[in-house]
Amino acid sequence: MDFFNDANLLPWLIPAGPLLAFLIITLLTNRSKLVPATDQHEYGGHHPDYGGMMVPVVNRYSRVISVAVGLAGVIFALIVSWATLAEASQLHHLGQEALASSIAWMDTGETAFYMGVLVDPATVIMLVMVPIAVLMIFIYSIGYMAHDPRQARFFALISLFAGAMLTLVVADNLLLLFVGWEIMGVCSYLLIGFWFEKESAYKAAIKAFTTTRIADVVMLLGIAYLYSVTGTLNYRDIMYNPETLDLLATTSPIIFGGWAVSAASVIGIFLIIGTVGKSAQFPLHVWLPDAMEGPTPVSAMIHAAAMVSAGIFSLIRLYPLFAAGGDPHHGILTEPLAFMAVVGAFTALLAATMAVAQRDVKAVLAYSTISQLGFMMAALGIGAYVAAAFHLITHAFFKALLFMAAGSVIHGMEHGEHHVHEHGDEHDDDHGHDERERHFDPQDMFNMGGLRKTMPVTFWTFLIGGLSLSGLPIITAGFWSKDEILADAWLVLSEYGSGAHAMVFVMLALAAFMTAFYTMRQIALTFGGEARSEAAKHANLGQGVVSFTMTLPLIILTFFALGAGFVGVPSDFPLLNAIFSPEYNPFHHLIIEALPLPEATAAYASLPDYHPKAPPFNIVPVATSVLVALLGLWLGWLIYWRKPLKAGEADPMESALGAMYPILQNRYYLDDLYERVFVKPSQWLGLQVIAFLDKGLIDAFLHVIGRVFTWLGDLVKVLNLWLIDGVGDGIPIAIFNFGGWLRRMQTGRVQQYMLLALVAAVLIGIVLALSSGAVIAAQ
Amino acid sequence: MIQIFGIDALSVLIFGPALAAFVVAALAALAPSQTLGRWTALVFSILLAILSIAVFFDYQAAAPAIGAEQFIVAQDVEWFSALGARWTLGIDGISVVMILLTGILTPLAILASWNIEDRSNMHMALLLFFETGSMGVFAAMDLMVFFLFYELTLVPMYFLINQWGSLPKAGVKYSGRFYASTKFMIYSFGGTLGMLLATQLLGWSAGTYNMAELVETWPLFRQGEALLGIDVSTVKALAFAGFFVAFSIKVPIWPFHTWLPDAHGEAPTAGSMLLAGVMLKLGAYGFIRLVIPLFPDVWLTEVMLIGVNVATLFAILSVLGIVLGAFAAFGQTDIKRLVAYSSVNHMGFVGIGIAVMAQVYAQIWAGGAGADADVQSAIIATNGTVLQMFNHGLSSAGMFLLAGALYHKTHTRDLNDYGGLWVKAPVMGAILLFTSFASLGLPGLNGFVSEFLIVRGSWTLYTGLTAIAMLGLLFTGGYILKGIRAVLHGPFNLRWRDYDLELTPAELLGMVPLMFLMLLTGLYPNWILPTINATVTTLFAGITG
Repeated sequence: MDFFNDANLLPWLIPAGPLLAFLIITLLTNRSKLVPATDQHEYGGHHPDYGGMMVPVVNRYSRVISVAVGLAGVIFALIVSWATLAEASQLHHLGQEALASSIAWMDTGETAFYMGVLVDPATVIMLVMVPIAVLMIFIYSIGYMAHDPRQARFFALISLFAGAMLTLVVADNLLLLFVGWEIMGVCSYLLIGFWFEKESAYKAAIKAFTTTRIADVVMLLGIAYLYSVTGTLNYRDIMYNPETLDLLATTSPIIFGGWAVSAASVIGIFLIIGTVGKSAQFPLHVWLPDAMEGPTPVSAMIHAAAMVSAGIFSLIRLYPLFAAGGDPHHGILTEPLAFMAVVGAFTALLAATMAVAQRDVKAVLAYSTISQLGFMMAALGIGAYVAAAFHLITHAFFKALLFMAAGSVIHGMEHGEHHVHEHGDEHDDDHGHDERERHFDPQDMFNMGGLRKTMPVTFWTFLIGGLSLSGLPIITAGFWSKDEILADAWLVLSEYGSGAHAMVFVMLALAAFMTAFYTMRQIALTFGGEARSEAAKHANLGQGVVSFTMTLPLIILTFFALGAGFVGVPSDFPLLNAIFSPEYNPFHHLIIEALPLPEATAAYASLPDYHPKAPPFNIVPVATSVLVALLGLWLGWLIYWRKPLKAGEADPMESALGAMYPILQNRYYLDDLYERVFVKPSQWLGLQVIAFLDKGLIDAFLHVIGRVFTWLGDLVKVLNLWLIDGVGDGIPIAIFNFGGWLRRMQTGRVQQYMLLALVAAVLIGIVLALSSGAVIAAQ
Repeated sequence: MIQIFGIDALSVLIFGPALAAFVVAALAALAPSQTLGRWTALVFSILLAILSIAVFFDYQAAAPAIGAEQFIVAQDVEWFSALGARWTLGIDGISVVMILLTGILTPLAILASWNIEDRSNMHMALLLFFETGSMGVFAAMDLMVFFLFYELTLVPMYFLINQWGSLPKAGVKYSGRFYASTKFMIYSFGGTLGMLLATQLLGWSAGTYNMAELVETWPLFRQGEALLGIDVSTVKALAFAGFFVAFSIKVPIWPFHTWLPDAHGEAPTAGSMLLAGVMLKLGAYGFIRLVIPLFPDVWLTEVMLIGVNVATLFAILSVLGIVLGAFAAFGQTDIKRLVAYSSVNHMGFVGIGIAVMAQVYAQIWAGGAGADADVQSAIIATNGTVLQMFNHGLSSAGMFLLAGALYHKTHTRDLNDYGGLWVKAPVMGAILLFTSFASLGLPGLNGFVSEFLIVRGSWTLYTGLTAIAMLGLLFTGGYILKGIRAVLHGPFNLRWRDYDLELTPAELLGMVPLMFLMLLTGLYPNWILPTINATVTTLFAGITG
């Protein structure tokens, strides 16, 4: 195949770079030398010392080459993505036309399943975002993982992660999407548990994989169901094909038929549940906060560039299926849409409340991710397709920025702690030093403070990311995408009085307010005021490669965190439209083409118009999003920045929220509930299946049969012995034994002979008196 | 068909291993060193593996020319004329896959037992002898020959477990291997008694033991006619029961599975590999080859008291195997028993696929052409079933090789005794992860393709049951992660500080082909699937009622 000359084949090459990098690093450049184990900082500080046992540590050359190979893979992916985008832009109507190619992959009777790649508008937006975000994460990882003893393995896994994400993005069918989806699941499992010696790390890894797998098996059913109805899983054949969509929307389902739903609804809900797991929506959100146990670049990967975005991306891909049979822009929601709206809005609010009471700098961001994904899910639920896609992209940029900046903070804190540790040895007594080390948590925001002075670049980049997350009006990307969601909700709410849209509008506005508040709280606690610990006083990234590679991506990403929003400025937004959208909203114009054309769907009564007009400018949603953002930021500034906390001082929220505070901090006790209701009973059941079913019932039954036959066999044996052998063998044996017994009497003493002769005479008399049966009995 | 010195390849595949077994066993008496015996066994088995690969690709190339005929017959000569049994060997797209699997796994099993010092020659000879039995089953086209080889596989396996099985645990006088081997033997042998009677009944009443002919004639004995003076349906039900129990034990279908954790757990590494990799497939193969085509009417009979037909009952039992097998594996603390229960779990999917095939096959047989959608589902499910048999052979053999490697080095199978081994054995860790995820059904690796096909095929027929089976798939994740966690994660258990836990070169060499095939099948299943698909499609098109 001629990959470089045929544009249709080009997408195959996009994931190839990182996947190849994974193979090369794993098989060739992952070389290590044995050194005595140490828990010193130089080796990352995440490993026990094992009493000096020899452990493998990646050697110097592998370290360098692995980084080079990993980077080369991603840069190759980036270049091919751009080449593909350039090719795609040559098409007259991207959407109606697309770059696509496929091969027969799996024979099924007379037909076959085709596996292939596709570049349509939905792919395009991901191809813009994913390679850039991933490249930034890779560059950042060079510094972050510079001293880790298993650094080469890290680059191998993160390359596989990137390759899986890109596979998912360019897939032309749901099955290949699922392949990328699950491989990412495994990568996240391996990377969350990267420091596998730590109990918290491997537990978090198992939790992440198991929780998402609950959703994935349901999703697999949805895929199988869709395949059995349509005979294909290709997006173009299903999502861009009104005939198939109509078939799905008008067929009764194979299960839940009594509930008067369509096959499209049942399949849709099955598939959405997959995203509920992957994109950490209630009630399966519990894995994401724990996922920060992995190295920070992994968090950025999971929270921004790949994993959770994949969930929303799949919903964007499948949106025509969800909307088939309803008309969200006229207030008519199908079951899948309503499901998304409720789950998304609820999650957005729930996670925002939990973020307010967190102490861990990464935990706040984790909850904010859950919350923002809820925004996207709710947006899709109310039919705000464009807004959801828009928010997906802007969020990926600013969240990658925030996570990596938070990673820098933690790295700086560890660095500072190390500094204190070294200098502390001179005057501290050992006991006090050990105590402090054991209790010191470099991720606890209450140990930070004042970092704006020691880590200025991190501060400014974090601030920009945080403001974008809060939706600071006009200048940040987050404002534009959030505003668009609210505008969509408001439009249908005001025109049709749709309850679902009203709910989404109110809950998201509330969540947006809290987002601004907890973000400001986080910024103030981390960077504001004065240092609340020795480590914070000395926190910095040092000099050289580490510092450079961990700062550069932050600076680049700030550009996107600010600027990415301007591609989606509404075409009637006062003043700014003249600069950014003189004719039409460019983002809207591009992405809407991924949906079936109105001319094609018009013939089918069951299908809505997939190309509604962008919501016209309305002051209510704009004012709302401006107001909630500014109000939240102001309140956070008031409480946390203006009056900085002193060391050891309690969180003002503690008194403000009262009894709610511990509940929020403990995540509404959902984790404990799941542990009791699901985990423990499963373990108990596992033991019972063996003890009760297999051993107690089945084997016991077999053993009874075995006993019965053994007993029968014994009976026959005894009968043989008594009746046949007993009579036949008994007599000669008795004589033989008697002879042996007699022989022992030949002792040579006359007195004994005399005595024995007497006894013998008596005994012989008795023996003769008895029957041969007695002889047998003697045996 | 390929010829070797004028002998057809199937005969070579059957008698070659037996010949090799005798040579290796004889070497024990002639040469004092066991190394020679090992190498002889390895070389022979590799040659046979190459031949089986050649047979597979030869069949694949020839398959399009076969057309409506299902089989390529290699040999058909007079054998036991007093009974009417003939020595007939032949293959189709289903059996050739199994032959390929057997051919590949045997040298790997020999590599896995490279370090055995105790009567190594006999050990190797028994492995080869087992290959003879399995090849015979898959190549036989005569029911009597089939039965002969089917029983023949028990003998080497019994001695492998009984003589080379696990060592006694501390404080216990007898090793569990005696109990396990006896249980295995009685279970299997007891199960096939009914099958022997049924075999004779079939051969006597139909006048032939040729399987292809039996499939044509035997089902035609219709209800109401009398056979042996008894109503035909009763005779059929009894004959069916004979086959059903024998094959269900072998697969194993829940609740006939309790021999398996014991036998797999106590067997030596190579024994476990071949047991799980090949022997379980004999049962599933028996269902596909014999029980479904011979008894289409019985599969549709309602079972007393339950109110569902036999095929559905079979699907229910399979789902129970999937779910309960997963739970049982989840509850294990013994690594080999955990892997053993994973076989119950995975073979449950084979069971569902068989049930779908039986249901649709029988429906077409009973009422002419079935609904197109159902036939399509059944073809997909059957493709998935055969592929799952192949895939499970790869992944379970790999898992047992790794579990055996651990046991060989640490002399413990208790998961709680391991911990953090990834630190000292990075290669073993990576391979264990790879194989575990293949076993878990990770997309991109082999298991997923077949499980997806089965789920897709069974969804339309057994919707609710398929949904319940997903619970099993969920807990598959549970026990796999539990195993990985116990072996690799956590702080390193310093008890093994001075042990070399890394895979030996022989073990590594044994894993490489398995991993290659797992990846290949996951990435491009069409390297093998068209062969299966062609036969399955022909099979469903050729059903005559």
